[in-house]
Amino acid sequence: MAETIRLEVARYRPEEETEPTFETFEVPCRNDWVVLDALNYIKDRLDGTLSYRWSCRMGVCGSCGMMVNGEPKLTCATFLTHYLPGPVRVEPLRYFPVVRDLVIEMTDFVVKLQSVKPWLIRADEKSLSEGEYLQTPEQLDNYKQFSMCINCLLCYAACPVYGLDQHFIGPAAIALAQRYNQDSRDQGASERLSILSQHEGIWGCTFVGECTKACPKHVDPAGAIQQYKLSATKEWFKSFLMPWSDK
Amino acid sequence: MKQTAAYTLYRPKWYRKRVSTYWWSRQWSYFVFILRELSSIFVAWFVVLTLLFINALSQGEVDFARFQEWLKSPLMIALNFISFLFVLFHAITWFNLAPAAMPVRVRGKRLPDWMVAAPNYVAWVAISAVIAWLLLRGN
Repeated sequence: MAETIRLEVARYRPEEETEPTFETFEVPCRNDWVVLDALNYIKDRLDGTLSYRWSCRMGVCGSCGMMVNGEPKLTCATFLTHYLPGPVRVEPLRYFPVVRDLVIEMTDFVVKLQSVKPWLIRADEKSLSEGEYLQTPEQLDNYKQFSMCINCLLCYAACPVYGLDQHFIGPAAIALAQRYNQDSRDQGASERLSILSQHEGIWGCTFVGECTKACPKHVDPAGAIQQYKLSATKEWFKSFLMPWSDK
Repeated sequence: MKQTAAYTLYRPKWYRKRVSTYWWSRQWSYFVFILRELSSIFVAWFVVLTLLFINALSQGEVDFARFQEWLKSPLMIALNFISFLFVLFHAITWFNLAPAAMPVRVRGKRLPDWMVAAPNYVAWVAISAVIAWLLLRGN
């Protein structure tokens, strides 16, 4: 057997214990192995009861986000050799309730995501015979970055504001709202603004900036929120100076 | 901590860790963030100091001389030196955040971050130079 590395994995079995404990596993440390490979090794060879989420193992599905040595990471994109000589501490994503071992409850995010209406809203639908809504490469470029979000929730685990106030809508949901606001085909910006300009929306953000650093897809949620703050302020001034021009 | 009602619907039993009051001390980037938030107190202090300064000026020469003596006390020098460092820190981090909040597009392409941050620094240095010149030209 080649070199090994020690993994300290958080375990939580709600039927047996009231709070999480750590269990230590010795796993092979191969050059091409990521933390997710180590977890799969544990599940296959050492302890089949270990629970965690994963699917694509290539940074697309966004299900294998966990805390690795205290940092939010996609475990499919985090190499074991990076942590030599170990140990590597694997925990469930921070600030979310833990259901079992490394599995978190994410209903809160899903509800919030829905609340910002992340779909194209049209005031007037074109009829099918008029054809598709055309878009130039520049118009696509305006929102493409925000559309790369894979809902992995690493940004929530990086955000102390979300940790301290669970009512904060959070980085990914706001970035995804901005993805539709910036889309030239969308006409729902004012609908979203009324939700996002609340205290729990964009104004909850104090610009810690950690969400952007944690994001594996370079979405830059922190940037999206600050840009949204600017446009919300502009809208407020507009409605204050010209109350009659209400949309 | 408040809980969102939707959770109980699907999962009656889960473990949620309380966020420690000292969360900002566990990670360097969080610590820097809190320092930045604290810097607002020192920015406010400089505003108060300026108001006191104007007040002393308007009270006449005796009061102004007393105000100047007060500023020369070691405690005030220490406080103002620390405040200056915090205000400097606040300004630099503020300018560096500008590109994230204001992506500037020229002919459809987003300008690199430094090109958005740089004009802030140039304006800062230029305005400081003008003020320094106004204050020091008499000497």
